Parts: sequence; C-alpha cells; structure tokens
Amino acid sequence: MKNKTSFLPQEGEARPSRCPDNSAFKQQKLPAWKPQLTIASVLSSFFLIGAFCLSVGVCLILSANSVREIQIDYSDKCSDCSKLRENSSNWNKECQCSVNFTLKEDIVGDVFMYYGLQNFYQNHRRYVISRSDAQLLGRNVNIQKSYCAPFTTYRNGTPMAPCGAIANSMFNDSIDLFYNLNSSVIQVPLLKTGNSWWTDKNVKFRNPKSYNLSSAFAGTARPPYWQKPVYLLDEEDERNNGYVNDDFIIWMRVSAFATFRNLYRRVRHIRQFTDGLPAGNYTFHISYNFPVTKFKGRKRVILSTVVWSGGSNPFLGIAYVVTGTAATLTGFVITAIHLKLRKKKTYFQK
Amino acid sequence: MALSVDSALYRWQRLGAESAPHTLSESTPLLFSARDKPKLNLNKRRIVFPNNGRQWEDWKQASTFYSGNRIQTTKYTWFTFLPQYLFEQFHRLGNLYFFFLVVLNWFPQVEVFHREITMLPLIVVLLATMIKDAIENYRKYRFDKMINFSKTRVYDKEERAYVEKCWKDVRVGDFVQLQCNETIPADILLLYSSDQNGICHLETANLDGETNLKQRRVVMGFSSQNTSFEPEFFQNTIICEMPNNDLNKFKGYMEQPNHERIGFNIESLLLRGCTIRNTEAAVGIVIYAGHETKAMLNNSGPRYKRSKIERRMNTDIFLCVGLLFVMCLVGAVGHGIWTGNFSEHPPYDVPDANGSFLSPVLAGFYMFLTMIILLQVLIPISLYVSIELVKLGQVFLIHNDIDLYDEEADLPIQCRALNITEDLGQIQYIFSDKTGTLTENKMVFRRCTVDGVEFSHKENARRLETHKELDLDDDDFAKLQHFTLPPMNIERPATYKQRTMRPLRRCQSARAHFQGHTRNRSLGRRDSNQSQVAFSSTIEKDVTPDSRLLRRVREAALQTENLSPFIHTKTFTSFTDFFLALAICNTVLVSTATEPRQRVTVPPPIKPSGITLEKIHQMFQRLKLASLSQSFSSSQSSSDLGASFSAKYTEEHLAALGCCDNDDNCCASGRGDELQGEGRTDIGSASLDEVFKSVTNSPLPTDFCYEAESPDEAALVYAAQAYSFTLVSRTPEQVTVRLPQGTLLTFDILYTLGFDSVRKRMSVVVRHPLTKEIVVYTKGADSVIMDLLEDSAKADTSAEKRMKRIKEKTQKHLDYYARDGLRTLCIAKKVLNEDDFQKWANFRREAEAAIDNRDELLMETAQHLETKLTLLGATGIEDRLQDGVPDTIAALREAGIQIWVLTGDKQETAVNIAYSCKLLNQRDTVFTINTENKETCESLLNLTLEEVRKNYEVEKPRRRFFGIISTSFSASEAPSPEFGLVIDGRTLNIIFQGGLEEKFLALTKHCRSVLCCRSTPLQKSMVVKLVRRQLKVMTLSIGDGANDVSMIQAADVGIGISGQEGMQAVMASDFAISRFKHLKKLLLVHGHWCYARLAKMVIYFFYKNVNYVNLLFWYQFFCGFSGSTMIDYWQMIFFNLFFTSVPPLLFGVLDKDVSAETLLGLPELYKNGQNSEIYKLSTFIMTMLDAFYQSLICFFVPYLTYEDSDIDVFSFGNPINTISLLTILLHQALEMKTWTLFHVVTMIGSVVFYLIFSVIYNAACVVCNPPTNPYWIMEKQLSDPTFYLLCFITPVIALLPRFFIFALQGTFGASLILKAQQLDKLPKEQRDIEIQKLRSRKQTTSGASPASNDDLEQNISHLCVSPFLHPAAAAVSYGDTESQGLSASEVNPLRKQTPEEGYYFFNRWAEEESTATDSSAGPFSGHYPRVPSTVTPHGQDGGKLTKDNAHNFNHGSHRRSVSAVTL
Repeated sequence: MKNKTSFLPQEGEARPSRCPDNSAFKQQKLPAWKPQLTIASVLSSFFLIGAFCLSVGVCLILSANSVREIQIDYSDKCSDCSKLRENSSNWNKECQCSVNFTLKEDIVGDVFMYYGLQNFYQNHRRYVISRSDAQLLGRNVNIQKSYCAPFTTYRNGTPMAPCGAIANSMFNDSIDLFYNLNSSVIQVPLLKTGNSWWTDKNVKFRNPKSYNLSSAFAGTARPPYWQKPVYLLDEEDERNNGYVNDDFIIWMRVSAFATFRNLYRRVRHIRQFTDGLPAGNYTFHISYNFPVTKFKGRKRVILSTVVWSGGSNPFLGIAYVVTGTAATLTGFVITAIHLKLRKKKTYFQK
Repeated sequence: MALSVDSALYRWQRLGAESAPHTLSESTPLLFSARDKPKLNLNKRRIVFPNNGRQWEDWKQASTFYSGNRIQTTKYTWFTFLPQYLFEQFHRLGNLYFFFLVVLNWFPQVEVFHREITMLPLIVVLLATMIKDAIENYRKYRFDKMINFSKTRVYDKEERAYVEKCWKDVRVGDFVQLQCNETIPADILLLYSSDQNGICHLETANLDGETNLKQRRVVMGFSSQNTSFEPEFFQNTIICEMPNNDLNKFKGYMEQPNHERIGFNIESLLLRGCTIRNTEAAVGIVIYAGHETKAMLNNSGPRYKRSKIERRMNTDIFLCVGLLFVMCLVGAVGHGIWTGNFSEHPPYDVPDANGSFLSPVLAGFYMFLTMIILLQVLIPISLYVSIELVKLGQVFLIHNDIDLYDEEADLPIQCRALNITEDLGQIQYIFSDKTGTLTENKMVFRRCTVDGVEFSHKENARRLETHKELDLDDDDFAKLQHFTLPPMNIERPATYKQRTMRPLRRCQSARAHFQGHTRNRSLGRRDSNQSQVAFSSTIEKDVTPDSRLLRRVREAALQTENLSPFIHTKTFTSFTDFFLALAICNTVLVSTATEPRQRVTVPPPIKPSGITLEKIHQMFQRLKLASLSQSFSSSQSSSDLGASFSAKYTEEHLAALGCCDNDDNCCASGRGDELQGEGRTDIGSASLDEVFKSVTNSPLPTDFCYEAESPDEAALVYAAQAYSFTLVSRTPEQVTVRLPQGTLLTFDILYTLGFDSVRKRMSVVVRHPLTKEIVVYTKGADSVIMDLLEDSAKADTSAEKRMKRIKEKTQKHLDYYARDGLRTLCIAKKVLNEDDFQKWANFRREAEAAIDNRDELLMETAQHLETKLTLLGATGIEDRLQDGVPDTIAALREAGIQIWVLTGDKQETAVNIAYSCKLLNQRDTVFTINTENKETCESLLNLTLEEVRKNYEVEKPRRRFFGIISTSFSASEAPSPEFGLVIDGRTLNIIFQGGLEEKFLALTKHCRSVLCCRSTPLQKSMVVKLVRRQLKVMTLSIGDGANDVSMIQAADVGIGISGQEGMQAVMASDFAISRFKHLKKLLLVHGHWCYARLAKMVIYFFYKNVNYVNLLFWYQFFCGFSGSTMIDYWQMIFFNLFFTSVPPLLFGVLDKDVSAETLLGLPELYKNGQNSEIYKLSTFIMTMLDAFYQSLICFFVPYLTYEDSDIDVFSFGNPINTISLLTILLHQALEMKTWTLFHVVTMIGSVVFYLIFSVIYNAACVVCNPPTNPYWIMEKQLSDPTFYLLCFITPVIALLPRFFIFALQGTFGASLILKAQQLDKLPKEQRDIEIQKLRSRKQTTSGASPASNDDLEQNISHLCVSPFLHPAAAAVSYGDTESQGLSASEVNPLRKQTPEEGYYFFNRWAEEESTATDSSAGPFSGHYPRVPSTVTPHGQDGGKLTKDNAHNFNHGSHRRSVSAVTL
C-alpha cells in the first residue's frame, strides 16, 4: 500500500492531462427533471386552473357587485358655466352650478368622492414629463433645466411655482355635497386630506423651507392658468397648503388613461353620515372653473365605495370566470380526444 | 554608375518588349516614369535581379515593386485600432441602427428616454466586441512577429558572406543559404545544393500535407559546380511568371550576360514554408517574398463565418424592422390625426419650449422618430450579446465533452470558432478528406498471394487488431515495471519494452521550429508518435510474416540448393522474385535510424574479403544451369543460394522464426541482427558459408527508415523486410538489397518508369548483378497488370497452363482483397534479352530527347516495355480505417447528411476506401467520369443524368402508389439502387471551366456519395464552394492536412483533424478533433443540442422583445400616440438586461430536448436541425403571432381591470411589467425540456430579483429619475390584492393557448423529437429496445437498411468484383466488335497522338440478376479512341460519344451486369 502511494506523486509530476473533468455539469449529465405533458399532468392542470379561476371569479364578481357607485356627469348640466369658460378672458369670473341627485338606498361604508374627467390625456408624453420633482420636493432648483418648458418662467423671468404643464392645468373645480334632509340642507362633511398616498404627502412633496409659506414662495409666480398662487391652495390648513396640498398631489399623479377619476374627498363619518351616505336627495354645488369643452372633454363627479378587490369594475371577476370556464372546457375536450385515441396508444404514454 | 543605369534601362526595355510585344511603343524611360513602366512590363513577367552588388541599381529598381518578406495578417495596428475598429463596427447594420437611435435621442423633439440610457446598450456591445477583437488581433500579431523575426542566412554584398537576417528583411533577389531542417523563408530558386547531383530534398507537409520528401533540382547549369556557390559572381537575370497560387506550376528562365537562356520550372523552386531535408546546405535566390509567395497566396484568409441561424435571424430582423416601421407609422399617423382633431389646443397638449405648437404633419413625423426610439427593443440588440454568450457556453461544454477527448493524443476537442456551434446541427453535406481523416494514414501490409497461393498473414492481422490495446497497455506496463518489477523477472516486460521503445527510436526527423509557413508552429510535440517520419510507425513497420510463406521461402532456398529438378522450383524462384520486386520496384529512399533523414545512397562498404562477389557470381552461373529449362528462372536471386547454408542453420532459424510466430514481438529488424549473429557463429560447414560470412560480417546499420512517395510503397518495402529482403540503399543508379542470408546485392537501375495515373503502374528495369540479366519489375493496379500478362490463351504447354491457373487464382484473390477494402497491387516481372533492351533503350532515349510530344512518347515507350509480363503475385495493403469510421458514416448518413470524399489520392485508393468505410456499397451503381474534354464531359454528364433519372422515374410512381395505399406497406418495395459518382481532378477542372456545374450538381443530387479523386486543394475548395453556393446547403469540411485548408475554410463549418500532419488544418479549422469518429457525437449530439438550444433561444428572444415592446405600442392607443411609456425606463431596460436574460441564456447553454444516448441511437433526430424545423419562417411567424396575442392579453387585462379608475401611469405600468415578466418567464418554462437546479434557481431568482430590485428602487428613488419617477409604486401595488389577482390570471390567459397546443402536439402527429423525449423517460434497456423498434420501422419505410444491405452483400459478394477494377480487362476480352476495332487502335503503341483524354465507365450491380455478375462474363463494351490532340471537331466527337454511350448503356442494362464504358 505504501509503495503504491509512494509512486503516486511521481505520476503526478507528469504533465496534467488535458482530459476534461468527468463532472456532471461538464458532461451535461446534471440530474434534471424533465417535465412531460402526460395526460395526467395536462388534465390535472387544466381542471385545477379551471376550478380555481371559477371560484375566484365568482368571489370577485360578488364583491364587485356589492360596490355602490353614483356617477353624475355635470358637463351638460352646467352648460352655462362651460360656455363661460370657453372664453378664456372670463377666467376670473365665478360660476356656480348645482346638480341634484337622489340616493335610493344608503351607501354604507367608506364613501369616496371622485371627480372624473373624460378625454383628458394626462398620459400624453409631453404632459407627463412636464414637471419638476425637485421643485416639488421644496428644493431650490433652476427649473429652466427641468422638463417644465414652456411653463417655467414668465417673460420677466419670474419662475412659476409649481412649474410645468401638469401643475398648470390642475383641476380647479370645487365640489361640495349637500344633503337635503326635510328641506333643510346639510353640508356633507368631507375630508380633504388623507386622500393622497402617504409617501407622496410626506416624502415626495415638500414645501420650500421658510418661516411661512408665502415667504417660501416669494419670488415665484403662480402658473398662468391658476387663479391663486400655490401657497393659497388651502388657506385653512397649513399642512394642506402649498405643494403638499392633497388635491394638488393627486393631480400631479398623472392618470394612466384619458378617462380617469381622481379622489377628491372622502365622506367623514360623523353625525348622520356615521355609516356612510343615507338615502335621500343630495345636491352638488360646483364652482365651475375647469374648462373641458375645447377638447370635447367631460367632467363627472363620482360617489363610490370600495371593496378589497377595488372599485365597481367587474372585469377581473368576469375574466376569472371566463378563463376558468375555458380551462375546464379545454380539459373536457382533451379528455374526449384522449378517450378517442387511447386505443391507438400513440400519445401520452406514461 | 551611369553606365549601369543605362544598361539597366536597356534591359528593362528589352525584357518588357519581349514579354509583351504590344507594349513596344511604350518605351518610356524607366527612370522617369519608374512607376508606370515596370507595371506595364511586369504585368506578365517578374524580373529578378540578384542582390549581389553587381546589378545594384537594377535590383533596387526592381525590388521596390516586389513585396518584402514581412507578413502581416493582423487587421489593426496599435494606432489604427480605434478608428479602424469603430469604422468596421459601424459598417455593421445593427450597430449603425443603434447609433442612429442614440443620435436621434439627442433631439429634444423626439427624445423619449434619457440620452444616456439609449447609449448604454451600444456602448456595452461595442466594448465587448472591442476587447474580443483586440485579443484576437494581438494573438495574430504575435504569430506574425515570431515568423517575421525568425532568422535565416542571407548573402550580404558588403561583407561578401552570408549573414543572419530576419525573415522580414529578406528581399526579392537575395541569396539565401539554407541548412538541413531549416524552414524556407520565401519562394527561392535553387542554385546550389550540397548534394553531388544538385538535388535538394524538401518536406512539404506544411504546404500540402504530404509527409514524404520531394526532390528539387538545382537549375540546370549550376549543378555541375563542385565548389560551393559564389553569389558574388552570379550575373544572370531571372525572368519568371507573376506570383500565382499554383503550387505545381512555375516557369521561367535565366538570362546570362551572354544572352543565353537557361530554363527552369517548379522542380527548382523551393517553396516558402517547406523544410529542407537530407541536404546539408542549399543556396537559392529569392523569387517571391512575403505575401507573394505561393504558400501565402494559397492561404486565402479566413472567412468571417456567420452561422445559418444568424443569417436567418438577420432576415427576421429585417422583418422586425418592417414591423417596427409599420408600428411607427401607425403611431405617426395616429398622432397626426389625434393632434389634428383639436380645434384648440387642450391643456395636456404641451407646446414646445417656445410655446409654439407643431402642425399635425410635423408632429406626426416627429412621432415617427420618437416611436422608433420607443420601440427600439423590437430590434433585439440584446440578442447579439446573448448569442455570443450562449455560444461561449456551448463551446465550453463541447470542449469539455469527455467523449470527444482522445486519450492517445491527450487532446480534447478544440473549438476555435466561437460563433458557429449551432451550424453543427444543420449540416447537410460533409466533405471529407480521405487520408488521415477517414483512414489513419498508416498503410499496413495485410496479405499477399504468390504464384496463385494465398497467404493470409493471420498472425499479422491478429497483431494489428491487438496493436492498439497493446500500445496502450505497454505504457502502463512499462511504467509499472519501472516502479514495481524487480529486475530479475524483467524478461517479458523487456520484450514489451522493446516495442514501446520503438516509437522513440524511430527516426525522429528533427522538425524545424516552424511548422507552418505563416504562423503555425508545431506545438511542442512531446509525443514521439507525432514527430515520426513518414509512414514508419510501428504498425507499418512491423509485419509479422506468415509462417507458411516464410517456410516456403526457406524451402525454396533448400530446393534450389539441392538442385532438384522439380517443377516446383519455379514456384520457389517466384517467391524470391516477388520479394525482390517488393524491395526494388519503388522509389523509396533509405535513411538510417541513427542519422535521421540522412539518406543512405552508398551501400555500406563491403569488406574486401577477396573474391566475394565473383564467387557468388560463379555460383549463380552454376545454379542457373540447373534451372535452365525455365525461361523465367534466370533471375534467381542469391536467396536461393541461401539454401546452401547448413541444414542446421535453417533449422535454427526456423526455430527462431517459430518463436517469432508465437510471440509477435519479434520483428523484422530484430531478425536482421539475429541473422547476423548467427551468421557469425555458424562457422563454415560449407564452403559457401565462408563467403556469406564474410559478406554478412560487414557492419550494417540495423534499422532503416524508408521514405516513400506513397505510403503503400513503404508498406511493401517493410513487408519485404519482414521476409528478410531488406532494402539497404538507393541511388538513382543503384539499389542494394540485403537477402535473407545477409548477402548484399546491388542492382544497377537502368530505367525507372515512374507511376502515373494513366498507366497505373510503375516499373524498374534493373540489371541483375549476378546473372547480368535485364529484368523488368512491374507493380501496378491489377486492372492493368492483368491485361499485360503474357498471353496464355493458347495454353499448350504445361507451364503455360499453370500460368493461366495462377492468373485465375490470383484474380480470385484480388477480388477478395478488393472486397475486403484492401488496396491491391499486382507484381509482375519480365526478363529482357540484351538486344531487345538495347532496342527499347534507344527508343526510350529518343523519346526522352524529343521536344514535341515528349510526354506521350515516354508514355508509349513505357507501355511498350510493360508487356508480356509474368505474374509474380499480388499484395493487399490496408490503409487502416480509423476506428468507428463506417459506423460514423452510417450514422451521419442516417441523419440525412450527404458525404463526399475529396481526396488528392488515386482513384483506386479512394474507391477502395469508400467501399471499406461503407460510403459506397458493393451494390451501388458507381459512375466514374474521367475526361479532359469539355464536350465529352458534358455528354457524359447528360448521359449519366439521364440514366439516373430513368431510374428515379421507375421508382417514383411505385413509391407514390404505395404511398397512397399505406406507408408502412412500402417495406416490401425493392431497395432502390443507390448511385455513387467518382470523378477526378481533371474532370472537375473541365466542369468548372466549362460551365457544367449545374449538370454536375444535378447529377450529384441523385448520388448517394461522391468521390473526387486527384483533386488539388484549390479544387477541393471550389467543389465545396460550388455546392454551398449553388445548392444553398450547409456544408462541413473535414480534413487533416494542409492540403485541406482551403476546403476547410470554404465550408460553413471546417473541422480539422489534429493528427499526424502538422497543424495547418487545425489552425484553419473551426473545430479540431482528433478522430473522425468524434464527428458523430459532435454533430448528432452537440450539433443537435446547439442548434435546438440556440434556435429556441433566438426565437424566444424575438418573442420576448415583440411581446414586451407591444405593450408599449398598445398603450399608444390610449395616450394619443404621444409616445409615452407606462413603465419606468430603468425597469424597462433592466427587464431585458437582467430580469429576463439569464433564464434564456441558461436555456441556450444547458437545455437538452433529447438525451445524448437517444440522439446517438436515433440519428434521424438530426434532421430536425437540418431542416431548420425549430427556427424557420413559419415558426417565426407563429411565434410573432403568439407574442402579439400574449402582449394583447398582458396589456388589456390590466387595462380593463383598471379602466376608469384613479390609477396613475406608472402604477398601471408596474403590474403590466410584472405580468409580462411572469408571462415571459413562464413561456420559457413551457419551452424548457430540462430542469436542473440551475434552471430552477435562475427562474425563481429572476422573479425574486425583479421584485427585490423594484421594491428597493421604488423605495429609494424619490427624485432620481426626473421627471417621471416610480417612487413607492411597487410597494403600493404589493399591498393591493388586485395586483396579485392580475398577476395570476393574465399569464394564465396568455399562455393557455400555447399550453393547449403543446398538449395536443402529443396527440396529433407526434414528431420524432417528442417520441424521443418519451423514450428518454424509459429505463435504459427498454429505451434501447424502443429505439431499435423505431429504427427498424424507419428503415423499412425508407427501403434499404444498412443491416439488410450487409446481408445481401454477403450473398452476392462472392460474385461481385471490385466494380471498377476491371473495365480494361473486359474491354480487351469482351468488347463488342465496334469497340474492338477501336481498342485495336489503342494497341498500336506508336501512334503519336495523345493518349485518351476522356475515359469513363460505369457499372451497375443489379441485385436481381446478380448471378450474372461474374466478372469474367461481364458484358462490356469499351473503346479507347485516340482523340488527336490537335483539332478535332469537338461537337462531332461528342456526338459520337453520345451514340456510343447510348449503345453501351443499353447493353449494360440489358445484360444487367458490369457495364463499363471507356472512351
């Protein structure tokens, strides 16, 4: 034994062989799972998918059906105002308009109030980029270098705050909801904060640091379409003013489609509205500022509840149900084919 | 000075005028328009002035126009690298496209992404290729440098001596002195050789792969100089042809100062890259240098190879470009319309920086450009990078395959080309070299028949079989013995050791440092195995004599000693004659082991032991008297005398031989020593013994190395040596043979009639030293020799009857040999009387002196001499096929690959090998076309084509009929006759020159195999190119020698065999393997895998990109075609770069659709790749459609889900991105056939990495990506149940159709691949059975199975003769009247016309009438018209041929037997 080991090193002295390693990887013999579409695996996968999708789909449809939603298109109802707004020289003229509607049954739960726009292409490429995140973060930046152009500065060099087309075109209708209870009109208490993402409100949007807001925005001017400067967006709540204004933040989160809704207010659960909106007559008081007719747009106001799976859109549930049905049917078809061809033994051998 | 200039001018003018008479008017003085004048003059000639100071001005003038000897094969230099590289890169369309995108993105009107982002892919790609190019270039540079700076000795006019210079400094006109074993630095005209006869030996292995020595002669007039050559006094001007790449042609003359001209040709030219051998010193003048040398001109640079998939891919990329264009157009038009719809600009239509708006048309135009940038991923740049990476991985795995590793050479496969791995899976045509590729290039003497008696050499055969194993075991054994065995029982190991030592002792030609003429260095071979001298490996040298034959030889000696008047005596003399002929009748050079490559030209001095030779002579006279009755016995050699040794000696010797027979370690050369020793100890029992003793006492070198022109010659000489007829020395005048008793006989060589392919034989005319008789020994193909035998038709005497019987027997043996795949040679002799010889010699001298028709005359004289021969016997030599060649060929064939053999070898050899490696079947119809006439060739091609088509027409309807009834029933169909085509180099030339390529190809398409013999390297490459271009097929060339280089480079895939012959082929190849059999796994397994993997990967990439890009496209419909994206840029870029890149890469490297075992078992599976089934237009379109569907799903399911909600752009894009990631990965998962741990890890890893990256990126990026930023979107989505619901349902919907189709594929028309996959699941034994079943089913449907062929073959084989060896025999004996008339004209040897230009025959073996295929009964019509070389109206000639042929064809098919036509 010792002898053998003694001359092993001598052999080792010989030039190392160029023989490749006989390892599983190099010889491509790694242990591997080779999935094959046997009848069992195919059928089981089809039926499993079918069953799962069907059950999920039913759940989704059921929950989507539980959503209560009221949509009121006020583009036509406030035609006077819209006509007024068509002429841009009337920009500083007030125009109020009210829309009545009736709730036949209570809307229970959290009620969200949205404003909806149609045919407003917030997702237009040049529109989407027309902003300065750094400016909105309260940083003192040279917005000339940003993508805000042409809404960066006025001719005299005064920078706009906030700059860019998105901010400039901010939705500025104000909508109030009144509950007509026994001929008395109660304003439905609405929450104007807490509607935006927490991170937006607390991280992404910051007012410039200064002892007060107006001084922080000194030296800047409001965007051209705006009626008031940014530090007057919400004069009541300091924490909802300037860049951190919820309405502003929500507007700045540009919508994915030309038809969209943005969360505007939430019903505050106090008094009669502890459980939501009770059935009855309601009136929207809209101060109509936002012109849409020139791009054939429409404006809506929406009251809606939400469920775990989102809003009232039943599509996902339908998709699940259809898919589940299709998968199950396919499973049956394959079974039929299999049964028919089994005698031939030409396929799906186990 | 002025004088010399003037004289130079004069000479230039005169030379120019001579070379081109029409330029006479252009007598512009050289000095004034030096540039123009030489150009005009040098168009046709090259004028070389010696660089020795005498014609300094001339030399300077001339040499400036000739390139120096520096070679440069690099693409770039240090300074030009960057610009040139970029220039080259931007010639590539892909790069240009991306560069265009980058530039485009710098315009704010169209900018989509950040400027830097678009540049990223381009920069990455450029950097990667740049590094690769730089490394490659540097390697080339180092090779060049090494070559350029190697030293040689050049004459320096100042020092008047040879000084050492670098190769690169050698100029045209320089005198170069070369020593033995030096490599020649340039093309040099030989002016001096240290050899007395002015001969210099060359080894041209680097150039043409031939390892034998070539002779080169000093230019006439210089050979007489006994003193060494003085360059100083050389005053001649050399005029020769312009540089060209013909290695075999060179012409020119040398003009002396007195205007006398001395002609020279290729015989005097030393070619660059060759090695000087056996010559101490040689001096020559450089004619061509550097890139103008013949070697370099032959070395056409490597072609950039692009694989078929890549070509296919490029067209698909153009399709993608089209698609992109359409999509962009949709975007542009849509945007234009959308913008035009507004009467007033809405707030979301943002004006440009100046506040102005674009017109709809202009906006549309800009949008078009924007969309190009946006959808750029449609053109997959990542694909290029991924393919490179995947190929690297594939190459790595191929390289590491242990099955492709050759233990003997310790060489794994080398993958030299990195970018054509998948082409291995698509090969349709293989072009193979023969020698060294199919065969081992080791000729082995196998059997012989002497006097009609067959000696099977069973021991030899056994030895050959065991040789391999022994060789391997020996090493181990020796090692073991070295370490463990005590010295006492070393005996047996010692015998082993002797064997193992042998290869080391083998003449080691000290190979020059530089193997190749360009940059191919012999890579430090430690292995003596590979540095051997030509044709002298152990396997060739050691011939174990057949004991029976050996005894006969001995008996013969005894008989003659007793002088018994038996009739058999003659038999025995023919034994000795046979071996003498083997030893003498050749052109083998002898060198000794101790002094490698030092030729033995002078027989070792025989000690003057008084009257030795005279004594022997006397004895011969005595013996001769005894056997006078026989007319042929006169050449009894002294071996007969050997019988006069004492009986004791013989017995002893036989005993010794007996031991040799038992233990095959005893070998021929050893015996030589033994004999000597015995001769010494055996003191005088008879008076003759003394004589022999004195003779044998002379110290002889014991081990000779033979260097032969062809390996079979060497094999024969070794065979003779085994029977103790040892060739000792050879000079042009004399040849010395040592006889078994040790006597040295020196024959005077009167004439050597060299081998040529027309005569197919060679002869030597010698004067027997003892009998003084003039004997002609002839050796040649049996087909010709058999016709030239003495006519024994009358058969009146018993001797003649006997001769006839011998002839018949020998013929039978020959047929048997040929069937066995042995190379057969017949040996015959003839005794001339003095008068006849003198007559003939005069005639010969006349012929040699003739100026016109010299070659023809020489041929005729040779033919005149080689008649009425007496058959001595025949030999069977085996050029051993490499292991597993027939098997490999069968498998490749089954895989649907056409195999052609292109060889420089003789036709006979090639055909024999083709038969033995099952390339041709005995039953195949083989067409042979040899012609030098275009018309003949054309009509032959037409006829053959017609014949073949006729056959196919007969076949086809039948097939169709059966096809309708049932596919499985067609098994009963008779196997269709297969066709083989044999064609030679000259005919190929005609075909290429005469524009007959199409006909040729049409014919070859019907042929199972094609053999091109006697083809030059250039022709080989032309054939390959022709097939590749005209038939549009994938070709593979495989070869081992430098002569295969051009062919290797011409093919789509070039494979070099790193074997015996240099590294040239390997250097030129894409893959280098060490054995032919490796091709099987390389193609069938790796080729299939690589193709399947890469094809699937490429198609997947297209799918992936289209799928992903379309998501963006669909979004355009919802954002006013404004070019906005819903996915964050970085996530988008990383999507391709990281999230979905690794799984396909891994897939491309590791996926195995079918296991290696099944692939090897079912070669049919290879057709999958051959027909490009995975990746072709239809699959591409299907994939595209699927991609469109999937992207629609991936976009619209989320769209409909989020429709009319408060979703924002990037929150909408995020689930889409996630969904498409899942879909794309799951799609990949569906495609994957093998899941190893790697696959699982990368799959899951990709998803996890995506999630983690997105989470981190979205959390960390508050303002990092202005103006769009994805802050907190992923987090928000992850907390939303809708997101999960979407992520489940969308991939399911997207992939359900594909899954469904996959599921159905197993049901309807299951492909072979699927079946094979199912087979893989089975346990091994069951799988083997299933494979057998599948194969047999396939074979019965396809008609002829190799197995059944073999059986049939067995049945008919004894009736079949090697088909093409007998046309001549038949022509003479059985030709019809017409052809007899013609062949009669052939017999007339003195007609001074060209020998036949065209010759053609074809034969067919029709199995149903195989009984008729007795060769002797073979009906046959042949004629041998002598087409006058001058002005024959060719059309007429062709017409005649057609008629004749038609007749012959009819004849042949009528009689269903060998029918051959010789035109």
